Amino acid sequence: MNLNRRTLLASGATAATLATLGLPVRAQEGPLKVGFIYVGPVGDGGWTFQHDQARQEAQAQFGDAIETIYQESVPEGADAERAITQMILGGAKLIFTTSFGYMDATVNVAAKFPDVKFEHATGYKTAPNLATYDARFYEGRAVCGTIAGRMTKTNKIGYIGSYPIPENIQGINSAFIHARKVNPDVEMVVIWAYTWFDPAKEADAAKAMIEQGVDVILQHTDSTAPQAAAQAAGNVYTFGQASDMAAFKPTPRISSIIDHWSPYYIQRIQAVLDGTWQSQSFWGGIKDGVVQIGEITEAVPAEVKAEAEALRDKMAAGEYHPFTGPLNKQDGSPWLAEGQTPTDEELHGMNFYVEGLTGEIPS
Amino acid sequence: MVAGGLLFAALGKDPFVAIRTIFWDPLFGDFASYTRPQLLIKAGPLILIATGLSFGFRAGIWNIGAEGQYVLGAITGAAVGLAVYPSESRLIFPLMVVAGALGGFAWAMIPALLKVRFGTNEILVSLMLVYVATNLLAWAALGPLQNPEGRGFPGSRNLSQWSASANPELIAGTGMHWGVVTAFAAVIAAYVLLARHSFGFNVRLAGQAPRAAAFAGVNPSRLVVACMGLSGALAGVAGLFEVTGPAGQISIDFNVGYGFTAIIVAFLGRLHPIGILLAGLLMALTYIGGEIAQTQLGLPAAAIQMFQGMLLFFLLAMDLLVQFRLRWKARAIEVPRTVIPQASPAGEAR
Repeated sequence: MNLNRRTLLASGATAATLATLGLPVRAQEGPLKVGFIYVGPVGDGGWTFQHDQARQEAQAQFGDAIETIYQESVPEGADAERAITQMILGGAKLIFTTSFGYMDATVNVAAKFPDVKFEHATGYKTAPNLATYDARFYEGRAVCGTIAGRMTKTNKIGYIGSYPIPENIQGINSAFIHARKVNPDVEMVVIWAYTWFDPAKEADAAKAMIEQGVDVILQHTDSTAPQAAAQAAGNVYTFGQASDMAAFKPTPRISSIIDHWSPYYIQRIQAVLDGTWQSQSFWGGIKDGVVQIGEITEAVPAEVKAEAEALRDKMAAGEYHPFTGPLNKQDGSPWLAEGQTPTDEELHGMNFYVEGLTGEIPS
Repeated sequence: MVAGGLLFAALGKDPFVAIRTIFWDPLFGDFASYTRPQLLIKAGPLILIATGLSFGFRAGIWNIGAEGQYVLGAITGAAVGLAVYPSESRLIFPLMVVAGALGGFAWAMIPALLKVRFGTNEILVSLMLVYVATNLLAWAALGPLQNPEGRGFPGSRNLSQWSASANPELIAGTGMHWGVVTAFAAVIAAYVLLARHSFGFNVRLAGQAPRAAAFAGVNPSRLVVACMGLSGALAGVAGLFEVTGPAGQISIDFNVGYGFTAIIVAFLGRLHPIGILLAGLLMALTYIGGEIAQTQLGLPAAAIQMFQGMLLFFLLAMDLLVQFRLRWKARAIEVPRTVIPQASPAGEAR
């Protein structure tokens, strides 16, 4: 082993000379190699699980024409850049980076490898070889908010936020607006977990809410821990997040927001195979099938279920926007006039609560 | 490593291929020209922080909160830089380094002074301050340091894309940035301090024989402040180099546990500077190799972490067995062959 130690040191010294030879990228023969970078473990039961399901569906669809590889639990930061680069060196020609925090890493690597195509989820920076894709989760939140407003007995509903970024704020506002619409007395408690996936923190947040009298919990984090906490407390309702979380049916989980990525993945992989891939910013909702509402269980009264499904169908038909005026900001200043809807750009930068919400967005 | 091989075999992978992928491929595999520099990038902060910690650990002063000092160093350093954005002065980067050191130093002073003044336990205080620091980090990323052109998304401006604050590779393709250079310098400085300087002697004395140290005129309070301050400053500098280089920006997830891993590195290196250097490189090797094993072999991340855990556990257990000469010879011989970082008696004696 002494030998190994010495070579370890020697390699550091010779790295300089070797590195100048440039990076050899494995030649591409045979199937298209598609890489996925995941923020959580594939077994998280939520966000990453759904991405991995879509990966498997794409693999099944294309069979031998593609080969998919993935790396899970990649930290959002310096390590992501290396993970992506290693995939490319391993021959990947199309990379999906599936979390917001990979944005700068993806941009940096994309600049270094112009021949490789990149798809970054939920970000806003694009390049000729870097597209973004996202889902209008706030449409699903509108349905959940409606159910939550009807189901709460304490008139207190809770929202476990991950990070105070526009995606979360859209969800909070949308859920709150629609809960208030059906129940003018409803109040919403927001707790920021500062994580996408941390069962312990998420469970703590759920327990803290339940102690404050919250009896319906929406979550923007990916583990099933809040579901388990609600189950332990009894008579608390929850919604599945990202994946159906069907194991907690019929209660506490009374419905769910499902991210359905496979149509998008299949379409984009096909485009690369056909040579027609182009950079774009995709933001799909219920209409596009990217956001789905999971089964509303029998714990929900039939008329509430019908009301929620009607709302879903209206959005699927493109007849209704969850943010339709008149709406005021939290401080009472007007935001949208009667019948007005915000632009996508405005939504992407949403950094305020709507009127009626208490508490502040951390800043 | 045998146990690790069994683990990989149980997961349906060829254990020899898996272990070769983790330990061999990063150094000599197809893409070694990329992964070798990455080893330095990953090992740099580990070595830098662990070197600082080793002084305190030798003297029996337990700074467990290097992670927090690392975060604070990054925040203060970045804040100083961003305050003068978009100036292009050459002084900015050195100033940021100093600010980073001061930030880490100041954060370490809290447990140090509390201990000296009120006799609080520095282990607890420094550990708790890590959680305070991560909340400060979230606040900084969402508030004062947020990129005004970031459309409301959390995170500061990209410091590595602003030439005045960037900490780029000094020679392209080597992974050598200022942080790695500083880490090597710190190793040498620590070696000299410990071997030749009275401060190093005092540190060792205080750890091995506190009473003797007191008779020799070593002021325990001053030693606490010095050791905590030194480790804090080095952790702060490591954070600053990371935020201006590989990480690029202050973000909520900026810290990935270097401060905690460095504790392992320090002990793995027997608290000896050269040992720490090798231990840091070994840790980096298992990280990078583990990532390659994930993507190339499809091993789950948890299996890799378990393997790393087992490796360290066996190594540290080895230590015990070597030092106390239990009658476990069969295993004591088997495990060292696989890894032995720096069990050389020479390193121990110094």
